[in-house]
Amino acid sequence: MHRRIVITGFGAVTPLGNTARETWEGICAGRSGIGRITKFDSQAFETKIAGEIKNFDPLSFVNKKELRRLDDFIIYALAAAEMAAADAGLVINGINAERVGVSIGSAIGGLSTLEKEKKNILRFGPGKVSPFTIPAVLANLGAGHVSIRLRAKGPINCSVTACASGTCAIGDAARMIAGGYAETMIAGGVDAAVTPLAVAGFNAMQALSINNDQPEKASRPFDSKRDGFVISEGCGLLVMEELSSARQRGARIYAEVIGYGLTSDAYHLAAPPPGHDGAARSMKAALADAGIDPADVDYINAHGTSTPLNDKYETEAIKAVFGAHSNALAVSSTKSMTGHLLGAAGGVEAIIAAKAIDESIIPPTINLDCPDPACDLDYVPHRARRKEINIAMSNTFGFGGVNAVLIFRKFTG
Amino acid sequence: MKLEEKVIGIIAEQLDVAREQCVPEASFIDDLGADSLDLMELIMEMEENFSVQISDEELENIRTIQDVIDFLRTKGVK
Repeated sequence: MHRRIVITGFGAVTPLGNTARETWEGICAGRSGIGRITKFDSQAFETKIAGEIKNFDPLSFVNKKELRRLDDFIIYALAAAEMAAADAGLVINGINAERVGVSIGSAIGGLSTLEKEKKNILRFGPGKVSPFTIPAVLANLGAGHVSIRLRAKGPINCSVTACASGTCAIGDAARMIAGGYAETMIAGGVDAAVTPLAVAGFNAMQALSINNDQPEKASRPFDSKRDGFVISEGCGLLVMEELSSARQRGARIYAEVIGYGLTSDAYHLAAPPPGHDGAARSMKAALADAGIDPADVDYINAHGTSTPLNDKYETEAIKAVFGAHSNALAVSSTKSMTGHLLGAAGGVEAIIAAKAIDESIIPPTINLDCPDPACDLDYVPHRARRKEINIAMSNTFGFGGVNAVLIFRKFTG
Repeated sequence: MKLEEKVIGIIAEQLDVAREQCVPEASFIDDLGADSLDLMELIMEMEENFSVQISDEELENIRTIQDVIDFLRTKGVK
């Protein structure tokens, strides 16, 4: 029998707010979460702006000992997981623990810890490297700590597929549940890479916006003045469950996960191929997985990074897949507000797509002041739009040529 | 500040335990909830604070707070 998968909980820590609710309110208000970098002195860096987590109290989620040892990415994952489990009313106990799994992707893991400990070894020698270095750096320790904290003993995994990590983690989780390997999964993505090495590294690739004087205007997907993405940090997690188990415990259902597509460009380590055939194939694969027609899709939460190439090619790929229906589609990039949370993007954007369905609100693309002629879809400029959405698609693409797409549907029973 | 007080202050901070729990005979692992990684980190903190080196052999003999204090005294720390 076909096992259906529903979303029953959200947890998020993002530049727009330290809960899923605040994040969603920021999205609906068209607010930017981007500002000057405060986490390190960015004086010498080309890029001096980022989407940082603000006013977050880690001690609400970890004790002082953990705070010292855990990388921020792990703390964000713990915070989002606790909030998601509470939102879902999920109780993990001796009876269900082995049927609850964790799938949390991360692009870079504990980069800031790696940078800190590298300084220690250079300055003071190998004897001064913390015994907590490796467990704070490993990308799967977000998932690891969440499983320890919540005592979830089912399948555990961590997708490391760059900016598609969160989407792959959710897609994998959906397949875990569909295949009968788990009843419930806590799934999404996390990253905390607003660090000197990440910013310098992306700068060296000319991937980041250098619109330092107008941080809130810097992330401008599909706009003719876009000049790169804005790096952000945070976490977005879902509680996903098999429908009958969600019904049995009377859980509130936000939306249903109905399709997942994953393809590779097999082309270049960072650049998408012209026309972005890999992205188009991924969208088609997700549609086929969901068993729906392109014309059934109402809204696409685009990858929309605000880089010159992505936005143009993603637009071309959408047109190739949706044909005439692409003009009827609403397409928006919420990265215009959140910035690009790297491996967390897929997690946060899955929440946004599901909230859009649940609340009948299409999120806007802010800063779309001078649309690029090569980007000619309805990107829902400036302001959110009230409209019923039955089916939403979420696109994320990552370095290495990874294209991951999820499809969500309104739950109607 | 007396050596005992300083050592206990570091231990309470590092292991996030109450000072009252840090009696001299308290075992790091059995009484203060530390694991082997906690202990490694604590020893590094002691080395840093008291400018001493603790070898792996010496580390094997350190189980309690008193062991740390005794060790530091043998190294001439006052």
